[in-house]
Amino acid sequence: MTVVLETRGLGKRYRRRWALSDCTLAIPAGHVVGLVGPNGAGKTTLLNLAVGLLAPTEGSVEILGGTPASSASQLAKVGFVAQDTPTYAGLTVADHLKLGAHMNPGWDAEVAEARISRLGLDPAQKAGKLSGGQRAQLALTLAIAKRPEVLVLDEPIASLDPLARREFLQTLMEVTAEQELSVVMSSHLVSDLERICDYLIVLVASRVRVSGDVDTLLASHYQLTGPRRDPESLPADWDVISASHTDRQTTLLVRSESPIAEPGMTVDRIGLEDLVLAYMSQATKPARTARHAVEAQR
Amino acid sequence: MIWLSWRQFRTQALVAACVLVVLAVVLLISGLSLAHLYATSGLPGCRSRNDCPVKLMDFTAQLGGAYRAVFELTLALTYVAPALMGAFWGAPLVAREFETGTFRLAWTQSVSRNRWLLVKTGLTGLAAILVAGLMSLMLSWWFSPVLKAAQFAPSRGSLSINRLDPLLFGVNGIAPVGYAAFAFALGLTAGVLIRRVIPAMAVTLAGFAFAELAWLNWVRPHLIAPVRTNSPLDASTIQGLTIGNGNLMTIIPGSKPNAWILSDQAVTSAGHPFSAPATHACLDGSMQACGASLGPLHIRQLLVYQPASRYWPLQSYETAIFLVVAIALGFLCLARISRRRLA
Repeated sequence: MTVVLETRGLGKRYRRRWALSDCTLAIPAGHVVGLVGPNGAGKTTLLNLAVGLLAPTEGSVEILGGTPASSASQLAKVGFVAQDTPTYAGLTVADHLKLGAHMNPGWDAEVAEARISRLGLDPAQKAGKLSGGQRAQLALTLAIAKRPEVLVLDEPIASLDPLARREFLQTLMEVTAEQELSVVMSSHLVSDLERICDYLIVLVASRVRVSGDVDTLLASHYQLTGPRRDPESLPADWDVISASHTDRQTTLLVRSESPIAEPGMTVDRIGLEDLVLAYMSQATKPARTARHAVEAQR
Repeated sequence: MIWLSWRQFRTQALVAACVLVVLAVVLLISGLSLAHLYATSGLPGCRSRNDCPVKLMDFTAQLGGAYRAVFELTLALTYVAPALMGAFWGAPLVAREFETGTFRLAWTQSVSRNRWLLVKTGLTGLAAILVAGLMSLMLSWWFSPVLKAAQFAPSRGSLSINRLDPLLFGVNGIAPVGYAAFAFALGLTAGVLIRRVIPAMAVTLAGFAFAELAWLNWVRPHLIAPVRTNSPLDASTIQGLTIGNGNLMTIIPGSKPNAWILSDQAVTSAGHPFSAPATHACLDGSMQACGASLGPLHIRQLLVYQPASRYWPLQSYETAIFLVVAIALGFLCLARISRRRLA
């Protein structure tokens, strides 16, 4: 398994506040990876460290086996779309393509122009006059046309309306189908990631709660519902991710590599969103999360 | 990278070019007429005819009006230009990228951050230097007839002007180049450190004004140790004397060399500033008697100055220092941007 992004004990401090601390993870190549987590989990900091816009306070980060932004050739391998998709307001769409062509030796003008015309963007339009969705598409086009090996997207769709969001994801899906490209994309909207990602990392408070192939994750988690049970009476080898009890009923999320059958309880498959939410809400249980973080790295 | 730098700078460059062209046209028209005025003034060759003072008076009498307006306007513009270029070109160069977040776009293209900054500052900084240099050249050319005329001025004359004059020194020669480089680097640094355009511009303007004034008052006079002379004053070498309240007499020393005078004082033989009750002869005697009565007081003239011959050494030192500071600021920005990796 080759790795696009690897961090070891990575931490970043702004003055006295740690935005990310002791983050260790490895993202395999050839996937569309969704990085999910609540606001403030350190997603943006992690991705900015990954593309070299930030320097680590502690630990190490490697992207495609090299130090981020250490050289022009290293920069050329990484496409980045920043949060809020910044573009130069005073430059036109065509200017942005020229900018890309002048600043990237591997620039693919054909791809860029084809994409712009398919999006229906007027090349003479100033970027400052574009809608949020159009601007995001322009930023994505710039990142794609430099022909990177990995595309890093920092919440590119968070501020878009549903239609623009759908179009953006559509473009992204086309690109991943056309080009040999790894994608790392952060979001706090699981429903969006579900459509496009085949690999998922849940990051809460700098820690990886769970990571893995989406299909494998979905296949190895079960929701059990039944009459109220005493937590002590559950089988000792169960890996209970979350448990909720009412007076009469107990609902469990259990992780297991083999199928589960438990008399008196209904066993259901679980959706990605519920799975992610279950891991996110573990934030208050440090003992468990530490164990899962270790597991996730294996 | 050069393309992007130019694309982002071209509007400002166009504005600067327009200002320069307008200024050039005004200075050309006015300068040709001024050169003609000098050529026909009778000053060239006046020494052989022995009528220099008269011709000089005629010439200076015509320097008012339009010439004065053109001169004062250009002078002000040449002084303000470096500050404006520092504030409007230097300060937003990086600060605007931070403010709009576009540094995230610029720094993730396949161009290293060092190169990005070097090309951007190189292009814009050199443009600032070029503009300042051209303004200085144009003003120097325009002003040259006046300086030529000033050669014919007697030492105590009406047009004792020279290029060391603080007002002229900063808009002549190569000094404006140093100011422009410094102002630009100051703006750049303010932008890198403050990361907001408007505050960075304000800091640049204030910082540059302070640096210029401090330099003019405290540094330039001592860039080369000034010449000090201490010579006796008598009736023939004083320009005049005033008698003020309480009959206190003050002497105005005369005989000034062609130089930038830093201090000119009448002192006692012990070296203290001269101030004494007026002599009887000066209170109610004749001019001659008054002059004669000064002799026993042993008044001396203490003169501190930079001779006109030091024009180029002073220009070189000053420009070199401003350039070195500008380069140092540039390296500071480079280190800040490449090492700190701001977000």
